[in-house]
Amino acid sequence: MDISTTFLSLVPLVVLLPVAGLIINLIFGGHLGEKAVGAIASLASGLAFVVSVLLAYTLWTGSGQTAIVPFADWIHIGDLNVPWAFRVDTLSVTMMLVVSGVGTLIHIYAIGYMHEDVRYKNDPGRFRRFFVYLNLFIALMMVLVSGDSYLMLFVGWEGVGLCSYLLIGFWFEKDTLGRDSVANALAAKKAMIANRIGDFGFLLAAFTMFWAFKSLSFDTVFSHTAQVAPGAILAITLFLLIGVTGKSAQLPLYVWLPDAMAGPTPVSALIHAATMVTAGVYLVARSAPLYSAVPAAQTTVALVGGITALFAATIAVGQYDIKKVLAYSTISQLGFMVAAVGMGAYVAGMFHLVTHAFFKALLFLSAGSVILGMERGHHHLPHGEHGGEGEAAFDPNDMRNMGGLRKQMPTTFWVYLAGTLALAGIVPWAGFWSKDEILAEALQRFPAVFWLLTVAAFFTAFYMGRQIWMVFFGEPRHAAAGHAEESPRVILIPLIILAVLATLGGAFNLPISGVHFLTDWLGHTIAGVEAGSFNFLVAGLSTLLALLAIALSWVLYGRRPLEAGQKDPLQCLLGPVFTVFERKYWVDEGYAAVIVDRYVDLARFLAEVIDARFWHDWFHDTVIVGTYQWLARTVLSRGIDVHGIDAFFNGLGELTKRTSVALRRFQNGFVRSYALAVLAGVVIIIGYLILK
Amino acid sequence: MTNVVPLSYYLGISGFLFALGILGVLIRRNPLIIFMSIELMLNGANLAFLAFSSAFHVLTGQIFVFFVMTVAAAEVAVGLALIVVIFRTKHNIDVDVLNSLKG
Amino acid sequence: MNLSLLLFFVLAVVAVLSAIGLLVSRSAIYAALFLVLNFAAVAVYYLVLGAPFIAMAQVTVYAGAIMVLFLFVIMLLGAEKLPPGRALPWQRPLAISLAIVLLVEGVFLLVQRLKITDILPAPSVEVNSVASLVDLGKALFQMYLLPFEITSVLLLVAMVGVIVLAKREKGELGS
Repeated sequence: MDISTTFLSLVPLVVLLPVAGLIINLIFGGHLGEKAVGAIASLASGLAFVVSVLLAYTLWTGSGQTAIVPFADWIHIGDLNVPWAFRVDTLSVTMMLVVSGVGTLIHIYAIGYMHEDVRYKNDPGRFRRFFVYLNLFIALMMVLVSGDSYLMLFVGWEGVGLCSYLLIGFWFEKDTLGRDSVANALAAKKAMIANRIGDFGFLLAAFTMFWAFKSLSFDTVFSHTAQVAPGAILAITLFLLIGVTGKSAQLPLYVWLPDAMAGPTPVSALIHAATMVTAGVYLVARSAPLYSAVPAAQTTVALVGGITALFAATIAVGQYDIKKVLAYSTISQLGFMVAAVGMGAYVAGMFHLVTHAFFKALLFLSAGSVILGMERGHHHLPHGEHGGEGEAAFDPNDMRNMGGLRKQMPTTFWVYLAGTLALAGIVPWAGFWSKDEILAEALQRFPAVFWLLTVAAFFTAFYMGRQIWMVFFGEPRHAAAGHAEESPRVILIPLIILAVLATLGGAFNLPISGVHFLTDWLGHTIAGVEAGSFNFLVAGLSTLLALLAIALSWVLYGRRPLEAGQKDPLQCLLGPVFTVFERKYWVDEGYAAVIVDRYVDLARFLAEVIDARFWHDWFHDTVIVGTYQWLARTVLSRGIDVHGIDAFFNGLGELTKRTSVALRRFQNGFVRSYALAVLAGVVIIIGYLILK
Repeated sequence: MTNVVPLSYYLGISGFLFALGILGVLIRRNPLIIFMSIELMLNGANLAFLAFSSAFHVLTGQIFVFFVMTVAAAEVAVGLALIVVIFRTKHNIDVDVLNSLKG
Repeated sequence: MNLSLLLFFVLAVVAVLSAIGLLVSRSAIYAALFLVLNFAAVAVYYLVLGAPFIAMAQVTVYAGAIMVLFLFVIMLLGAEKLPPGRALPWQRPLAISLAIVLLVEGVFLLVQRLKITDILPAPSVEVNSVASLVDLGKALFQMYLLPFEITSVLLLVAMVGVIVLAKREKGELGS
């Protein structure tokens, strides 16, 4: 047996290793210390990364040949045959590498982060639970990307949705300061519900797919695409798009992602930046043959992505919470990716997925470091200043409380800067190359989307610049910022690694001939990809706009740093427009009024009127209980029991009494009548004998 | 002279006397008269016995009548003694008055 | 008309009429005397049927002893006349009808089933002689000895019983 086959047989380990990790932590975690728990979880993720590397190596040496490794039989009913098989091809291995690689770094980061967080929230015992959930997430994400059929993908899809819920609502009963609050639980519920709506779309797609193709396996579906009616494929692709808008936070189902920032920062980094939200992009890339068959669907997807990108970028401009800015930035960047794969630029989309994983994870983790620094500073304030119950809630996330942190937290500042430059798309950071490739492809395939994305890129650079100036420059606007401390090494080292990746990651697919590794790599799996040439015009335009945006942000926020309590300069400039941005276009309020509140009203109506008053009071109490009681009292008790049975037996007794009364009259005491009776008897007997 | 009376005639008389005796038992309220009616019934039976005895030339009937008479005598003695005792307590021998065993 | 037949009918009339007299007479004395007359008639029947001893016993025991006893008790109790009673008004008609029915049944049995038309032969001279009496005595003391003895015990018992019944308790005042 040659090595390649052996490595291939390891593929179930990418799922089983994290599962093993979580089971060990679940059972023994209580007895092991925090360091051991974190180490086991990170090791599980790390070993999964090692296996992914081995698989990548196998594919490399096997010239990218797709391999399917069956694992277990799952469903076999009639026409439906869905085994649990692992698909090892370049696309899935790319995702595996990203998930386990970035995931491992985040695991290590989380050891340090959660160590401080559980102490800040006063519940050290919950440390273990976090790592159990993280490993569970890695396992399920691996199921998603390694599945060989849409159904296996869906299992992972649902599973990561569950993990998202569990992790967003990790502190389900406390708020950021450790006081009682259900805000986190509500955010988790919102994520679950929004995701569910997307999942419904996915299910409709799966049903249509089975109806049209009689199978859900990738190979079967893709090989028969030409034989199925385009209408059915259009339906499938559009239903899948609904799933994508749910999972990858596009319009209209993006509303859960900003609220999901309520979860701990490693969660935001891993799930809501690098991996889970990219599942939608992966789905479209995987379904390339289907989308290529119906250009109408492609147009729709691209437009959804493009509009979302611009929409979210504008909202990010008006946010004050450091993580909310990054959340809307994520939505915007996902819009870039979705637009790319929608247009058919699958490699560009996947490239941006990879680089985005690096720099967005980096940004989130660094933001987490900043927040921890603020919390540390808050803790160390002399008692009078950080005050007891009476103090208005101190929000460590609020950028208006920060300022001048580059002096307190230098390492964090530098890595954050690296991430910002990557996101803004300044050459030679990774973000430039991937975003530029998307823009170049867009100009060729879909000019309208090109303009949407370009404007969005402008806004992107602007809000990131705004963030840098507000957080790290100027003077601290709150005493906590003044006392902020740098984070420990266990937090900083993953940040540095990610910063390196964010800086150099562009090398995966430089548009210089011979260097486009990713294009060649993915070309083994996705049909019809070709390396694009470097478009100087596009590159120049985007760089120019980015620099312009950063300069603008410096003018507004950097030149005269904000004072504590000062109004945002952009608000002074744009007035009501800024309010629109800040209030997120009132989308959440709109949903609440139109959908959520109506639903709650319906539920209340059903509960109170139908359930309580109609069903319970009237139907149950009056009709059923009343009927039963009527039955019991009138029919059974009085009717049957008293008048029927009792009457019968009383009647028997009455009959006996009357008979005895009647018979008693024979005993009248008169001897003569007794004699008469004897005579009568004799006569009758003789008569009978005569007649016989 | 030859006896030309058929047996059935004797039996008829016997039956008639018997029936009258029964009537007497049932209709009269004086216990003494009831007793006498009983004697009448016994007589009727005796007559029938002797008629058969004579018809079949056997003595058995006569023996029977002998015993009947003896027993009748004993019975009358006891019965009259009872009536005397009843009269002593009730001071009235009307049979209809002796109805305290009624249910 | 045969003499025996005539005799039979005359005796029958006497017996029946005296029986009816017994039934209807208000006074117990009259009833007793009617019964005596009935016994006499029946005694003559016994004679005609060839049972002289029985006939004599009838007159002696029945008419003589028993009826005298009856008369004694009637006189003792002063029970000649009883006031008319009002109980059981349905008794009389019902009793009469039942007695009639009984008679009819008896007649039916005799005529239809038994079909007795035998003529009683005249009693032979031997029957009226002492020899027949000897035969009776022999039968009584040989074949029917046990009933004879028991009957004597019965009489003894009756005597004792009567004495016990009629005895007054100490301290009991006379009626």
